[in-house]
Amino acid sequence: MGKVRRLSRTLAIAGVAAGTWFGATAAQAADTIKVGILHSLSGTMAISETTLKDAMLMLIEQQNAKGGLLGKKLEAVVVDPASNWPLFAEKARELITGDKVDVVFGCWTSVSRKSVLPVFEELNSLLFYPVQYEGEESSRNVFYTGAAPNQQAIPAVEYLMSEDGGGATRFALLGTDYVYPRTTNKILRAFLNAKGIADEDILEEYTPFGHSDWQTIVSNLKEFSSQGKKTAVVSTINGDANVPFYKELANQGIKAEDLPVVAFSVGEEELAGLDTTPLVGHLAAWNYFMSVDTPENDAFIEAWHGYIKDEKRVTNDPMEAHYIGFNMWVQAVKQAGTTNVDAVRQAMYGQQVKNLTGGVAEMHVNHHLSKPVLIGEIQDDGQFETVWETSGTVIGDAWSDFIPESAKLTADWTYPWVCGNCEKPKYLGN
Amino acid sequence: MIQICQRAIRLLLLLAAILAAGPFSANGARAGAFEDALPVLTGKGFAAVGEAVDALAASGDPRAIPVLEALSDGDLYYRESDKAVFLARKGGEGYLLTDPGTGEAAGTGARGDFQKIKTNNRLRVKIRTALGALGLFSPDPQVRIAAARSLFMDPDPALLPLVDDALSKDDDPGAREALDLARAAILIKAGEASTPADKVAAIRILSQSTSQGARALLGGILLDDGEGSEEVRQAAGKALQQIETRLSRLAFVENVFQGISLGSVLLLAAIGLAITFGVMGVINMAHGEMVMLGAYATYLVQETFRLHAPEALGWSLPIALPFAFLVAGAVGIAMERGVIRFLYGRPLETLLATWGISLVLQQLVRTIFGPTNREVSSPDWMSGTIEVTSGLLFTTNRLWIIAFALIVLFALMAVLRYTAFGLQMRAVTQNRRMANAMGIRSGWVDAFTFGLGSGIAGIAGVALSQIDNVSPNLGQSYIIDSFLVVVFGGVGNLWGTLVGAMSLGIVNKLLEPYSGAVLGKILVLIAVIMFIQKRPKGLFALKGRAVEN
Repeated sequence: MGKVRRLSRTLAIAGVAAGTWFGATAAQAADTIKVGILHSLSGTMAISETTLKDAMLMLIEQQNAKGGLLGKKLEAVVVDPASNWPLFAEKARELITGDKVDVVFGCWTSVSRKSVLPVFEELNSLLFYPVQYEGEESSRNVFYTGAAPNQQAIPAVEYLMSEDGGGATRFALLGTDYVYPRTTNKILRAFLNAKGIADEDILEEYTPFGHSDWQTIVSNLKEFSSQGKKTAVVSTINGDANVPFYKELANQGIKAEDLPVVAFSVGEEELAGLDTTPLVGHLAAWNYFMSVDTPENDAFIEAWHGYIKDEKRVTNDPMEAHYIGFNMWVQAVKQAGTTNVDAVRQAMYGQQVKNLTGGVAEMHVNHHLSKPVLIGEIQDDGQFETVWETSGTVIGDAWSDFIPESAKLTADWTYPWVCGNCEKPKYLGN
Repeated sequence: MIQICQRAIRLLLLLAAILAAGPFSANGARAGAFEDALPVLTGKGFAAVGEAVDALAASGDPRAIPVLEALSDGDLYYRESDKAVFLARKGGEGYLLTDPGTGEAAGTGARGDFQKIKTNNRLRVKIRTALGALGLFSPDPQVRIAAARSLFMDPDPALLPLVDDALSKDDDPGAREALDLARAAILIKAGEASTPADKVAAIRILSQSTSQGARALLGGILLDDGEGSEEVRQAAGKALQQIETRLSRLAFVENVFQGISLGSVLLLAAIGLAITFGVMGVINMAHGEMVMLGAYATYLVQETFRLHAPEALGWSLPIALPFAFLVAGAVGIAMERGVIRFLYGRPLETLLATWGISLVLQQLVRTIFGPTNREVSSPDWMSGTIEVTSGLLFTTNRLWIIAFALIVLFALMAVLRYTAFGLQMRAVTQNRRMANAMGIRSGWVDAFTFGLGSGIAGIAGVALSQIDNVSPNLGQSYIIDSFLVVVFGGVGNLWGTLVGAMSLGIVNKLLEPYSGAVLGKILVLIAVIMFIQKRPKGLFALKGRAVEN
């Protein structure tokens, strides 16, 4: 009942809105379905996010070539929040209320996501967020198509502790000083403690955004790793700071055999500016690597090179996340027969899309995907070679089992839960 | 248990093979062992490759060395059609193949026909041990030292007789020292197999060395509950203390070096600003972008070399220097003539205008080169480390940057002091009207002074491309530090810039181990602010009329 009432209310509001805007916009709205793209094209994050904007434009172009959606063409609306977190919220509002987009694909850093979250919830619109993140969040208005910690960080650390990964019993957790590394490391520390690793065998260090002088920290790592236990480094260093970090590692002659570094924010795109020969053997954990050999991936890479007109450009994990997210949204819209946010959201649950690594991604009621976890080694050509992977897919966990207060929480957006962080079912309207 | 036994048996086999074969005689090894081991490499999974590595090592065949090295470096492939193994290097469209059996070139192959033989870190350790065992009897002492060092890193108790044998034959002092250390490491790792007396002797040898590896071994003894002998534990504790004392002394030296190195980076970034801001008084927010342009100029030069003269890539940096100077200098002159000259004496407008220019330049570079990082590689003479004394490593690129920063500073001082342009420049900044009256075209002197400052920023970009990202944001991370250095050191004084940069660098690096990177930066910033409150004109204030107006 509740659902029907809500739907009819939305339709009524939509009708009123359409009535007031009758005239120019109504005619336009009938022609196209608008897709908002909210990625920084300037500032610090442009290095990562511009590629995602291009990937989205390519996906939209492909969909239009297939005849569009619901008989209409898709129209991309691109805005530039300029790596400025408050501006993300303004631009999101502009997209939803000004441009009247039906869905938004965007954001990279967790701060930007946290900044737009209230806007999407207030205006009841949809955001597809394509980047691995720290979890501990579930919003009715966000679909998280990147990895949650249990789909990236936890398996990576388990691999490092395994015999194949070197059997590490001492860990250095390095990160950039903001919400994603701090939360991830909090989860990792709890996980390591649960595995019997004491606090004195865990080193946590944070650096500012864009940190460029890594001499002291790399020297520290050397010392930390020479205490008689096998040591590994877990890096949540983000963005620009990675290149000087890896350059310093290479220069100080730290070999992956002796001190492996597993990174969660370093992909093909970040390695593009580096000579990776001295880094062979260092690791990264993702749900996708460009080097994975499947027909779907080959087709995707070929399409990407054709679209961007540069054979040297790489593909990466967040691009796959957008690929999955976009195709899922298209399927859900087709199934719902409308782009209405509430209808599409209901249609999203259980939606399945073939991922690019030979498996199937499914959207779950906690707004997270099931994904395979891959551990890859850096190669001398800047690509990753998969050295370990999960046998099937892992379902993303919004709330970590390793943080006591989170372990109790459930994220479930189907009746009667309708809640992203509750211990008991809630009911609509309450 | 079974695994350990198997491993011991395998290593004993390897040992027997090597000892029987004697140093480096291919014909002495079991005939065909090498040939038999190769196809095993093409098996599925890391376990198969691991077996093959064991078999190759056990073959005692010198031909196994290049194969294992190639495997470790990821240069070993097999042909999918007939599973033949090749050493392959990328060349042109396909692979340049080398036959592992004969060591001769075997033509080229298309990329699609070959499959790479994968390794992981565990296998790399295994390969290192195998190479160590194979290399102990090499005729080249350097190879023997390297082999002994790799055995020191991954000591394997089963190899003790082999090391003893090598020690009895070796008379090179360097190799003997490395072998002694390797032997000590093996004895310590041997557990029950070596007597407490042996271990104490080994600990004594290790206590002489100053390396992180020795500390790890000794720390390992103390952590190991299975080590029952009180005598051994005490000796290890004492030796560990000795090493720690030496290491902490070295750590301080290393810290100071890192501080100087950070200081030289700050100096490089700030010298240009010391001219444009310090001498001319222009608050140039686009200074960082001049550095960025210099880095991109380096990238362009290197790309040109890569395309047309890949063999001379090592020369790309020296050639990039004048190029970067000219590019950044030209942009600087254009900026001065186009915008800044209309804004002299209006600091707020200058600040806003140059900030705008900095955004324009960033976006321009982003549009032309794309938002992603560009790769600027380090030439061989700038990579790696130099071991000053045992345990104290200085990275080569940092040493170069320190030297380079000082050269740039002194060259600039010489230009200001001994050239006609320097004289005119000083005259204009000290008394513009008088200089005009003496026939100096002060407008052009301004333009070239600004160009000089910008050009030097461009040169700094060449050096910074070696340690930082070459991305449109490169400059932003240096602009605040540059201003900090110039203001702290004293506006208009190059010596002040030098002292300011070095002291900020060293203080920062001495604080960092205790406070962490984030807090360290904050503390330095607060200290500088307090200092400026006390001495608004910085460390070395210029006296005279120039600063008053």
